[in-house]
Amino acid sequence: MILAAENLTHIYQRGTVFEKKALDGITMSVPKGAFAGVIGHTGSGKSTLIQHFNALLEPTSGKVWLDGEDLFAADKKKRKRLREKVGLVFQYPEHQLFETTVQKDIAFGPQNMGLSSDEVSRRVAEALEWVGLPKEAAQLSPFELSGGQKRRAAIAGVLAMKPEVLILDEPTAGLDPRGKNEILGQIKKMHESAGNTVILVSHGMDDVARLADIIFVMNNGRIEFSGSPAEVFREADKLAKIGLAVPQVYLLLRELIKRGADLPQNIFTAEAAAQAIKKLYEH
Amino acid sequence: MNIKLTIGQFYPGDSVIHALDARVKLAGTFFFIVSLFYADNFYGYLAAFILLSAVIVLSGVPPRLLLRGIRSILFIIVFAAVFNIFFNPGETVLLEWQFIRISYEGAITAARMVIRLALLITASSVMTLTTSPIQLTDALEYLLKPLKKIKVPTHEIAMMMTIALRFIPTLLEETDKIIKAQTARGADFVTGSIMKRAKNLIPLLVPLFVSAFRRADELAVAMDARCYRGDTGRTKMKVMKLRGRDAAAIIILAAYSVLLWLTKMA
Repeated sequence: MILAAENLTHIYQRGTVFEKKALDGITMSVPKGAFAGVIGHTGSGKSTLIQHFNALLEPTSGKVWLDGEDLFAADKKKRKRLREKVGLVFQYPEHQLFETTVQKDIAFGPQNMGLSSDEVSRRVAEALEWVGLPKEAAQLSPFELSGGQKRRAAIAGVLAMKPEVLILDEPTAGLDPRGKNEILGQIKKMHESAGNTVILVSHGMDDVARLADIIFVMNNGRIEFSGSPAEVFREADKLAKIGLAVPQVYLLLRELIKRGADLPQNIFTAEAAAQAIKKLYEH
Repeated sequence: MNIKLTIGQFYPGDSVIHALDARVKLAGTFFFIVSLFYADNFYGYLAAFILLSAVIVLSGVPPRLLLRGIRSILFIIVFAAVFNIFFNPGETVLLEWQFIRISYEGAITAARMVIRLALLITASSVMTLTTSPIQLTDALEYLLKPLKKIKVPTHEIAMMMTIALRFIPTLLEETDKIIKAQTARGADFVTGSIMKRAKNLIPLLVPLFVSAFRRADELAVAMDARCYRGDTGRTKMKVMKLRGRDAAAIIILAAYSVLLWLTKMA
């Protein structure tokens, strides 16, 4: 287990009229090297949850274990070191760009880690490649880039820190389908080559279904259920009740199976489904 | 690190004080503050104190919020009191020791200053706590209307205040988010020398300004698209109307001023 939460509760603005319980006794664990998905509709506590994972928010009660260490029992220095293990990409990360060039902006994180300038520039180049930005972009002002490119530059700024756990909060919000697929594809590719742990937060089922090998479904500050995509989507009716849609492909296959087609049910992408149906006809 | 997202000072509630017309509250508070400087004896302040206490009880605002208001100007109150006690050249000397000289008149003036300031701050706190910022700017626009005759852009001033108030929580939220995002990238906003800390603010201030300008631009376009052109021919969605309780409030204030006048006569 690289990351675990134990009975985590968070109450915003405690003791005022604005008091709100955002997390209510969350217990979960993410295995090392996993690609985990956290889904839930707006206001279910996803963003609050992940902010505990690198100590940006302190829990009202409960614990967070990072690589076997109690994150909130650690002293300041240790917490800073632990925090470097977790890279957090916020929603609309392009809003945090500030430097005069893309290169300098990406270098901000690694520099704060106290790395040598050689190592920093190597990491910047590497991160640019991971997110698929051309080398020439490095010398441009981040404010000259297009919306999608800004997003990539901002994500690169976190990737350059080479976190053991990479958390992305709705990384594709507001992007067109092509930009969305490209960014998700690059994250997946990086996960496969670097072997890091990824936590993808989304309210879109389709992305999570395709990429994740473990899914946590959140509702009203609780983990409603969790498991492999096949296990989670089996509860299609329960998901619908809390306002989450099952991937379209999954529903189609379920309908076909009901009508007697000999198809496997654990298919979550359109491509795989097309292959399976094609095979059915070839027989 | 966490910024508390309270909108202005407003304390939501459904008391009769909350429901009063904002114009009555604003003008009434102003009148009350003026009256504090008109009153000059114990009974006058007692009347003011009783009136204010009644309003506070009716409003249901927790007293600790009001104490917070007083605490923020404690320094000024203490300063005014000390200044009056030691430097008022009164006739009746209470205490004299080397260069320190405290007179009866000085002590009285100091006490009066403290009472006035405390009541003044509490009264204005009660008003801002029970009136939403939007209502307040609306009332201000209405009460400033006569100034339009001498070309004061009252509508524009009120609109600017409304927009500024509207964006305070948004920008606070944005600040909170950027602080967190940069902290996640190892930025440090809390330690180091003053120069270093000022430099460390750049990763926060640049995105904040960029976003403020972006929002301003978007808002301007949205207002243009909906044909905003100042207050010429503009009507209000929520028309302010005086009701029975507003009349009652005005009568109570009138009674209070008569009482104040009587204490001065006696």
